[in-house]
Amino acid sequence: MYDAPKLSETRVSNNDIKIAARNVQVYYGDTHAIKDVNVDIADKTVTAFIGPSGCGKSTFLRCINRMNDTIDICRVEGDIRIDGEDIYDKKVDPVQLRAKVGMVFQKPNPFPKSIYDNVAYGPRIHGLARTKADLDEIVEKSLRRAALWTEAKDRLDQPGTGLSGGQQQRLCIARAVATSPEVLLMDEPCSALDPIATAQVEELIDELRQEFSVVIVTHSMQQAARVSQKTAFFHLGHLVEFGDTGQIFTNPKDERTESYITGRIG
Amino acid sequence: MSTGYIILIVLGLGGLGFFLGRARAFATSHATGKKLHSLPNYYGQAVALFTAVPALLLMLTWLFVQPLLIEGRIGQMIPDSVIPDGGAKSLVMADVRRIAEGLDALMAARQMSEADLDAMRADFTDIRNRLGNVGVALGSDVPVPVFEAAKELRKSQNSGHFLMTVAVLGLALALLVWSWLRVHPDQRARNASETFVLALLIGASLVAILTTVGIVASLLFETINFFKMYPAGDFFFSTVWNPQFRGGSDLGILPLLWGTLYVSFLALLVAVPIGLMIAIYLAEYASKALRAVAKPAIEVLAGIPTIVYGLFALITVGPFLRDYVASPLGLGSSSSSVLTAGLVMGIMLIPFVSSLSDDIINAVPQSMRDGAYGLGATKSETIKQVILPAALPGVVGAILLAASRAIGETMIVVMGAGAAAKLGLNPFEAMTTITVKIVSQLTGDTEFASPETLVAFALGLTLFVFTLGLNVIALVIVRKYREQYE
Amino acid sequence: MTDFTASDAVPAPRKGSLLTQDARTKQRNAKEARFRMMGLVAVTIGLLSLVGLLTSILASGLSSFQQTYIELEVYLDPAKLDKTGNRNPEDIAKVSTFGYAPLIDAAMGAAIERVGAATDINAKAAGELISKEAPASLRDFVLANIDRIGETVQFDLLAAGRIDGFFKGRVTMETAALDRNISPEQLQLADQLKEAGILTTKFNWAFFTAPDASDTRPEAAGLGVAIIGSIYMMLIVLVLALPLGVAASIYLEEFAPKNRWTDLIEVNISNLAAVPSIVFGILGLAIFINMVGLPQSAPIVGGLVLTLMTLPTIIIATRAALKSVPPSIRDAALGVGASKMQAIFHHVLPLAMPGILTGAIIGLAQALGETAPLLLIGMVAFVREYPGGPPEGFFDPAAALPVQVYNWTQRGDPAFVERASGAIIVLLVFLVLMNIAAILLRRRFERRW
Repeated sequence: MYDAPKLSETRVSNNDIKIAARNVQVYYGDTHAIKDVNVDIADKTVTAFIGPSGCGKSTFLRCINRMNDTIDICRVEGDIRIDGEDIYDKKVDPVQLRAKVGMVFQKPNPFPKSIYDNVAYGPRIHGLARTKADLDEIVEKSLRRAALWTEAKDRLDQPGTGLSGGQQQRLCIARAVATSPEVLLMDEPCSALDPIATAQVEELIDELRQEFSVVIVTHSMQQAARVSQKTAFFHLGHLVEFGDTGQIFTNPKDERTESYITGRIG
Repeated sequence: MSTGYIILIVLGLGGLGFFLGRARAFATSHATGKKLHSLPNYYGQAVALFTAVPALLLMLTWLFVQPLLIEGRIGQMIPDSVIPDGGAKSLVMADVRRIAEGLDALMAARQMSEADLDAMRADFTDIRNRLGNVGVALGSDVPVPVFEAAKELRKSQNSGHFLMTVAVLGLALALLVWSWLRVHPDQRARNASETFVLALLIGASLVAILTTVGIVASLLFETINFFKMYPAGDFFFSTVWNPQFRGGSDLGILPLLWGTLYVSFLALLVAVPIGLMIAIYLAEYASKALRAVAKPAIEVLAGIPTIVYGLFALITVGPFLRDYVASPLGLGSSSSSVLTAGLVMGIMLIPFVSSLSDDIINAVPQSMRDGAYGLGATKSETIKQVILPAALPGVVGAILLAASRAIGETMIVVMGAGAAAKLGLNPFEAMTTITVKIVSQLTGDTEFASPETLVAFALGLTLFVFTLGLNVIALVIVRKYREQYE
Repeated sequence: MTDFTASDAVPAPRKGSLLTQDARTKQRNAKEARFRMMGLVAVTIGLLSLVGLLTSILASGLSSFQQTYIELEVYLDPAKLDKTGNRNPEDIAKVSTFGYAPLIDAAMGAAIERVGAATDINAKAAGELISKEAPASLRDFVLANIDRIGETVQFDLLAAGRIDGFFKGRVTMETAALDRNISPEQLQLADQLKEAGILTTKFNWAFFTAPDASDTRPEAAGLGVAIIGSIYMMLIVLVLALPLGVAASIYLEEFAPKNRWTDLIEVNISNLAAVPSIVFGILGLAIFINMVGLPQSAPIVGGLVLTLMTLPTIIIATRAALKSVPPSIRDAALGVGASKMQAIFHHVLPLAMPGILTGAIIGLAQALGETAPLLLIGMVAFVREYPGGPPEGFFDPAAALPVQVYNWTQRGDPAFVERASGAIIVLLVFLVLMNIAAILLRRRFERRW
């Protein structure tokens, strides 16, 4: 069995670890999808999960806000702590957890509602705004943060499904940041977008780092190199290597990482 | 020769044609030394199809057309003098038909010969009595022209049948010979028989169209007759429904329409929330074990014939509502009531709504759900605020389909709602519906001359238009909705 | 294995701990629980409706499979039945059922005397314990066995409906006191006869074989004619709807070009499936009876109407079955030089057959339970004669199971409600059998591509 890298090697700074995972195992029915993953994710950092398809990077991402709970046959073992609190503790309500850990999905999935209602949905259900003015402010702030305000401010009452693909994905990002989460999970957020939209979203991710801990799963190594500070390489359910993005891409320690980076597996 | 035997003979000729055609194919191939174009069976098949199918089609058409022609001619034989006051020609024609049948029965019982019949005169013989002996009861003595018409009808029918027998068998034989002569190694027998089969397939798919045409034509034709006798304005806008045996009826559709809509509304009030919640619960919450039991059980409700629901309304729900709800509250003393029919029909519609809703809810993409869960919405919030709004058009379509079912449902209202045409609000009162009145106006002895009978066709047409409209709208909505997520 | 240690310093949570639920979350979770409960309630209502429906029918109908009989030794008196004494069948046939009633009354009197029942009712009242149907069955027996005139023969005669109802709990001493047709004294006598073993309750075979009976003798009413009528109609539906439906589906699914015309046919079929059944009844009445002149109440008309109603179901099922056969099968057949027609009839159709048959059985089951259209084509008529054998019998008057149920519910005597429920049970048993057949067929031939 592969040994997880020593914690000391992967730690950037002792003081701002947001998410800490220890011995995480995930099973889909009889399939062992994630094997013994240990990782520390820092606050206010972009961490990229890379690896060939089916390596478990998305599965692991979905463990962090317990989205896997919605799949009947999925079972998670081990410890995942956010701010030191075990999120799989019986006392934790996934609803509260997901308000704290937002998520953006592979395919833009705006609700069939107006742009405004899309962004306001999270604040409404979590009761973040007392007045309409508050809510207006949150919506505007979130749309600005998602760099969508200028395009959308005149058509807030139009359906979100009428936007272009890139706009839709930014709307989904706005929707996710509207609940003011502390962690933002992004599952291949650009895979359905064209290069221009991708560039916009990447730029956005870099800005989001100011406030959130961002974890992004990506298929594209270039993207990981562009947006992330930390990179984790997954292979066949194992976390093979985790470290500074620069080091992973220029000087990988594990030969599997090297093979993947250089395009021999993937 | 009875029709059944003709069919058997034609089929027999077809079978014979198969073997003859096949044999000739071998024989000609052998004689000319040419290779057969198709497999030998195809030669047989082509001969068999050409022999049997046109003959059978001819027979079918003949059976449809002959009564029309003969009755038209016989109808002219009946002078107006024998038509009773206030009655109609069709009443007399019914008598003519029955007398003709009675004469046949007499003949069959060997109580009379053809020669006797020719000599028989209505004014000398007690026809009523003699027909009574073979089980044909007549209401009054038979006037001379009627009896003569009956004799003529019998004669025409018999000669028509004879002609048909000759024509059908002749056609079958002629085509058998013709197609048999055509058998030759160069003949493209497979193509010929396949084209023939394709024509048959097309014909079969036209039956559906013919059915619709038949429905529309029969409804429209008699409805027009009805409106010739009864003003359309009164029918559509009168609030009184009071048919009388001897003319002077009030035939306003409004009380029936009201009853129909009231019962349907109550039924939907029961079926839509329960059906929808069942669909939601089974799709989103239920454990596998519960789903495995509950889903088929609910579907069983859909397979139960409506007569069973009708009986349930009659013997259980109606008396229960009367004894434990209506009577104590002083709201009524009738066991058949709008509420009885509405409740039971609601139960009948539950599986209909739930299975349609289930399909529709499942058609909402998982990414919608993920989006809501990812924001920290609870399951119920996701369902109420994301899935249902997204599925709304589909659900509306399902409800319209259910409404169309409710409006057209017959047995439950016949047995549960009552027969009193009333415009009222009290759900514990008996009211009646369009379908109930169609049944009551068309069962028993129906004579197609009085507005009291023909009104059923106008009611039927109204019903047809209503349900068709609802179905078309619902199908369009559902189809649009499906496309949205495909 | 690494573990969390004190050295893993973590920042304090910014917005409250995840381990405690805030008030709003609690509130939302309560709402969630309520919603979930509503769903469970809805499922429960659905299931209870099914249970209620079935128990109500079973509770009121199961007793119709039992029937009360009275065992009597009847002396077939030649003085009454054959006055000429020469055993001439034609003369004996002239004796109507009224001539037989006194024989039964006498036998009844003898039986009461034999068991020593204490009763003060007269012979006529005692005779009323026996069904009015009994003289007719006696007469049938005599006409079939003329040589036994003069003998004393043991008969199982039907008890009157009220007596039967008394032993099934439908009639009580209290209701009998108010009833013109029966008196408490008669019921007491019935009780004594039961103790003496003369009055017995047996399985009611006649319920399945006997024809309908008139309003005043529910005890004799049976489903014989209705079952035959239903079977005839199902035969007609099967013979017509299955080939027509399959042929239409093959054309629409495999040959039809995609154009307006075929679109029209498709829309038409899906609409036909939703046309109220009673409208098909009107169609049958106007076209088959009035226009073509087919006889009323005949299975042929019912069968034709039900065929038209079942067609859309069969077409929809068949098209689904044809669609589920992968195109590779067609390609394979075409690839070895088969014509399209051959590919379909030799390969696609056999593979789709289980699906088609399943659909056909389900369509038949629907047709079997259909009532409303049959009311309009005269199947409600009172029919006591069994229809002849097919195909001529298709044109004879007959009843149908569901219509018989309706018919019985419209009659005054509450004993007919029991009969109607019993008939429903028979109908449901048929439906269950058909559905089991469909399920087995699907299981047996289910194929995964």
